Amino acid sequence: MAWHHGYYPSFLVWSGVREMLKFIVNRGLWAIPVLLMVSIVTFTAMQLVPGGPFTAGAGGRPIPSEIRANMEAKYGLDQPAWKQYINYMRRLIFHFDFGPSYRRQGRTINQIMFGNDFWSDPLHAPVLVSAQVGLVSLFIAVAIGIPLGIISALKQNTAIDYIAMFFSMLGVSVPNFVLGLILILTFGLALGLLPLYGWGETPLQVIMPAITLGTSGTAFIARLTRASMLETIRQDYIRTARAKGLRERAVVVGHAVKNSLIPVTTILGPLTAAWLTGSFLVEWVFSIPGIGKHFVLSISDRDYLLIMGVILVYAVALIFFNLVVDISYAFIDPRIRYE
Amino acid sequence: MTVRERGREVGGPPPVIPVEMELARPSVSLWRDAWNRLLRNRMAVAGGLFILLVAFGALFAPWVAPYSYKETDYANNRIGPKWPEHIMGTDKLGRDVFSRVIWGGRVSLTVGVVGALTQFVIGLTYGSISGYLGGRLDNYMMRFVDVMYAFPTLLFVILIMVVLGPGLVNIFIGIGAVAWMGMARLVRGQFLSLKQKDFVEAARMIGAQPLGIISRHLLPNSLGPVIVALTLGIPGLILTEAVLSFIGLGVPPPFPSWGQMVNEGWRGLRAVPHLTVFPGLAITLTMLAFNFVGDGLRDALDPMMRGTM
Repeated sequence: MAWHHGYYPSFLVWSGVREMLKFIVNRGLWAIPVLLMVSIVTFTAMQLVPGGPFTAGAGGRPIPSEIRANMEAKYGLDQPAWKQYINYMRRLIFHFDFGPSYRRQGRTINQIMFGNDFWSDPLHAPVLVSAQVGLVSLFIAVAIGIPLGIISALKQNTAIDYIAMFFSMLGVSVPNFVLGLILILTFGLALGLLPLYGWGETPLQVIMPAITLGTSGTAFIARLTRASMLETIRQDYIRTARAKGLRERAVVVGHAVKNSLIPVTTILGPLTAAWLTGSFLVEWVFSIPGIGKHFVLSISDRDYLLIMGVILVYAVALIFFNLVVDISYAFIDPRIRYE
Repeated sequence: MTVRERGREVGGPPPVIPVEMELARPSVSLWRDAWNRLLRNRMAVAGGLFILLVAFGALFAPWVAPYSYKETDYANNRIGPKWPEHIMGTDKLGRDVFSRVIWGGRVSLTVGVVGALTQFVIGLTYGSISGYLGGRLDNYMMRFVDVMYAFPTLLFVILIMVVLGPGLVNIFIGIGAVAWMGMARLVRGQFLSLKQKDFVEAARMIGAQPLGIISRHLLPNSLGPVIVALTLGIPGLILTEAVLSFIGLGVPPPFPSWGQMVNEGWRGLRAVPHLTVFPGLAITLTMLAFNFVGDGLRDALDPMMRGTM
């Protein structure tokens, strides 16, 4: 990888390593209060939700009050809220135990989110099923979005640019559940090319969900790349590069593209987190056994600990990927120092 | 010697402009100028016209829509698009889909407009306080926003909706609770950079009060980006409502909203795709229209930003 004009990324020198380690540790420590706040706010919101997990049984029949009281006592729901919270956090921190599911008897939240046996079969763990769909979406978004944006910028105000930008505007505007249904209708039902729904039977099953999930991101990245690229190619150092007689290709690839990717990286963090944890609508529409569907089901079921679990997993993913993005800045832009 | 850059001449002797020509252009205000630029943007005009059309239908739905949104006709249920009685077909209860799409525009547009206003008021207040006062308070206020950002937004709205129950007003509250954060950050950033400027310093020097500085100098100067952000935020609000309705947390039936209609039609996708396609199209086109207008507004208000995100 050709470094930027003889600069070296700060982490290639010893002080840089220290600087970066300090940065990572700082950000890691900052994650602790954030996660605590997230857990407290979620926990409080759940206390405010009318109705509990045991107010209605299967099929919506009311549960007799004595049974309900017993159930609540069994799970410690009769204790004061702060005590429940402390107990929950203690189990989570010391045993990595997200607690039992109130609605699915005999299942734990760990099993629901991470599968029955994570280590022996990680690919079918719901978290990683969502992650696989997200990863393919991310690949689509980067592999199509960035080149599309670059070409658009280089051919600014030509037909190619207009068409590309129209489609990316469309891509940003179409809700993913609508797009998913349209894909099912065309490629699934009308043309019969791709399986309609399901997971794990054939690799083809990942295509439609990934396109559905990735389209808005692809479009967004294309627009962002184009904007950033347009700004970059007007910079003085691009003119310098041309003036010193570099081939156009070297100017575009080595200078313009590289420098215009910085803002694009910024949004990859939140995008990745959102996708890896799965968009529940996409998983719902395509019947994919990821954790995305629990984002909604857990709330309508009042399965409190599952809500806590999925929100915490999401927050951890978000923080982690933002950190990854911040670190990867150093590869792209050596001027950035960690403070 | 002239240097050619992308086919355009730069450098060289400046063109001589006769004095009469320089004065030929009448002076126009900033907003007038922006408006003229907006009208020259074809996509933005098309988007604006489409929004006006939807708004007209929504506002005058009882007169515009051929049927009422709840009028059932079991004899003619689930029929495909048929000119001229049911141009978008009917649903499983025999209700006219076209009429319901027109009525559904009420929900989406109301959510877009009221949501944007809520976002405007809360975000502007929060951002102004944080940005104007600065210092430790600013730091705390922004850390709070950072924490809120760690929540999955949609999930948070859903959580609020479950606490409050379905309904249009609750949708506003739910959306308002999360949508202000981006606006607050934007306003704060604007204020931070503006308050360093000389004209603000000068205003302070002649004894202007903080509220006066905010309302006379800081707010008007940050209005451009704020308006653009508000317009570009509307599609997101419409989407949130559609998602909430799609999962059954939106406006209670029988009043139609587009997301709810997609949800109702989805199960019969194979047999009666029109129940899904038309409301889905309505959401997409409306969001597209707002995006084009927002884009056009940005180019118009800030020509330097032309062609950027």
